[in-house]
Amino acid sequence: MRWFWVDRFVEFKSGISATSIKNVSLAEEHLHDHFPGFAVMPGSLIVEGLAQTGGILLGEKFNFEHIVILAKVPKIKFHSHACPGDQLRYHADLIEANEEGGRVNCTAHVGDRLVTEGEIIFAHLDKMDSSMAQAIDQKNFVFSMGLMSILDVDSMSEAVNQTSTPPENSK
Amino acid sequence: MPSSEEIYSKVQETLIDALGVDDDEVTPEATLVGDLGAESIDFLDIVFRLEKTFDIKIPRGELFPENLAAANSDFVKDGQVTEAGLAELREKMPHADIDQLADDPQVENIQNLFTVQMICNFISNKLNS
Repeated sequence: MRWFWVDRFVEFKSGISATSIKNVSLAEEHLHDHFPGFAVMPGSLIVEGLAQTGGILLGEKFNFEHIVILAKVPKIKFHSHACPGDQLRYHADLIEANEEGGRVNCTAHVGDRLVTEGEIIFAHLDKMDSSMAQAIDQKNFVFSMGLMSILDVDSMSEAVNQTSTPPENSK
Repeated sequence: MPSSEEIYSKVQETLIDALGVDDDEVTPEATLVGDLGAESIDFLDIVFRLEKTFDIKIPRGELFPENLAAANSDFVKDGQVTEAGLAELREKMPHADIDQLADDPQVENIQNLFTVQMICNFISNKLNS
């Protein structure tokens, strides 16, 4: 399994906000253990999806020149569940962004139902002093170049949708 | 220009939010790392919050200078901050109580310069300038 916790971006306002979706599927192995007879998307993976959404938003602001890592989750609240078949809509607003890192406020919804809300702080690993950088576990990486291929899903779907629409001047 | 009480109460609120501590723990003398349990990444969080609360810009390393001990080998000798090191600290951190460090200049005491009062001094200097 790949560490992709976002399926597609549906809106991207550079330096301002991003919205992505994640379709929860019973094909995901962990849902059979979390929990037997009561499959719900683990809260930690919702946080990961929000971090990938917000992390790419922050990364793009600086043209992906920095290594963005999830540094801290000062606040997170879980209001509700997401189950197989649900589509989670992640939204992140970029509140702070500087050379050292950034902060987003974020929400996760299924339809109109609020599932999760909170804030996430990211640090630029390449800009941290070495003592700090050493304390960071590699597993905290928000994205690598691989993860950025989520953005390709966008253009792919656009291309597919465009070819299925007749050209404007066709008769 | 807010009064020093106003600055203190806003700084206190900032630290309660950033570090998840209780208001009675945030005293002027409390050290961020030792008393309030701040970790390195929390400093970034604190800077973000202070910038927003006071509508100021805090350039990197200005409030919490990095790696003071490692900056220059003349600054530390036998685990003690030297006179040159203390002079450097006075220049870089006019908001910190360097005299207190000078009384017992062990390297591990550098982090005790980061107190709640130090943040208030920094903000006050910043708003005055």
